[in-house]
Amino acid sequence: MQLRYLKNVSTLQMNDDKCTGCGICTIVCPHEVLVIEDKKANIIDRDACMECGACALNCPFEAISVKAGVGCAAAIILGKLKNGEPCCGDGGCC
Amino acid sequence: MAEGLRIPDNLFARIPDAPWIIGRRKSPVGDIPRVGTELVWSDIAGSWKARWGINRMNFTVVPGLYCVGEPDDSSPVLVTANYKMTFDRVRKALSGINAWILVLDTRGINVWCAAGKGTFGTAEVIRRIALAGLSQVVSHRTIILPQLGATGVAAHEVRKQTGFKVIYGPVRVEDISAFMKSGLKATREMRQVQFGIYDRLVLTPVQLTGMFKPLWIIAIVLLFAQITGLFKITGLNAYPYIGAILIGAVVTPVLLPWIPGRAFSWKGWLLGMLWAVVVINGGRYLSQPHGIWISLSTILILPALSAFLALQFTGASTYTSLSGVEKEMKVAMPVIIASTSLGLVTWLVGYLALKGGI
Repeated sequence: MQLRYLKNVSTLQMNDDKCTGCGICTIVCPHEVLVIEDKKANIIDRDACMECGACALNCPFEAISVKAGVGCAAAIILGKLKNGEPCCGDGGCC
Repeated sequence: MAEGLRIPDNLFARIPDAPWIIGRRKSPVGDIPRVGTELVWSDIAGSWKARWGINRMNFTVVPGLYCVGEPDDSSPVLVTANYKMTFDRVRKALSGINAWILVLDTRGINVWCAAGKGTFGTAEVIRRIALAGLSQVVSHRTIILPQLGATGVAAHEVRKQTGFKVIYGPVRVEDISAFMKSGLKATREMRQVQFGIYDRLVLTPVQLTGMFKPLWIIAIVLLFAQITGLFKITGLNAYPYIGAILIGAVVTPVLLPWIPGRAFSWKGWLLGMLWAVVVINGGRYLSQPHGIWISLSTILILPALSAFLALQFTGASTYTSLSGVEKEMKVAMPVIIASTSLGLVTWLVGYLALKGGI
């Protein structure tokens, strides 16, 4: 069964002018968000994106942008308590 | 950070002996430890302990170059993390294969989480290739990384700085043998992250033991008070709360795909509400004097508690995004806090009414 999270939240953006269609983004994406169509990467399933940032980091042409982070409530709470960005503590969870 | 973890940071440092090292293989940069591909009882016990948070941060292997079988200079190089549970799964999956294993220093964290933190990252890959003298051990210039390492590693940067080409292997190391046999080609299934019922279940102990120890301590103290009658508070039972905790931290994660809705806190709230109804009916709260107040507080507190704990499972899940969780929390947290506060007030009202009525 396919698990789906909230709709219309991902910050994933694709710059078609910079994309060369090399396909590395389709290899690293764990949720089949991107496919190569007409020699360009296309976002075909935006709502499956978990903003892990693998595609943007591995794009040699900086064609992809995403506000990468971990979708973890505890990290967000901890970040808020420390008055900063979401961060993992030493809780030993991950 | 684990104390006593020795990290050889000098060039070609010798990795100290360990129970899983079954021999040494000669190489131009010294003896490379050969690891066994069969897990023994202590490996499996160690994994279970780590799941329950026992000795978790010391469950590591020393970073550096290892091998399985009888690799030579043309054998593949697999890169992994120094969390021992991860390392064990890698060597188990490499049974019958000759390969080098380059273990990065991820501070005892698994590949995906470490990649998210950046410790399984471009800089560490580059550094570890140099420290291990990898270019002297193998004649080819290819390294295989787990696909989930891509969150922290820019493959093109590694190539630019070391000459090693990064190939992303399958998500699960159990597929590594099939991946290598098919000429380093991954199938669609190998590239996708799963989050099946077993994957969810094994992550629930972390929810219970990791961050919410205070909740458990309170619950156990309440239970103790109830059983011994040492200090009895009218209308206060421990089991509804223990139930709500288990529903939020275990039942909701396990039943995740079958609970309607998408937000984790909503799913937890829904089951928590069902539980509250069971508690109120089972305890015949409404037929007790001033029972309306304790019933109200049950409805306000238990679902909120389950919702909060279910929300924490976003961190363990494999499909939630930062933007999504932030959006969910903007709604969920004020509701959870307001509901709990109101629940405490109604409980107090009920308690005082009961006291005053006697």
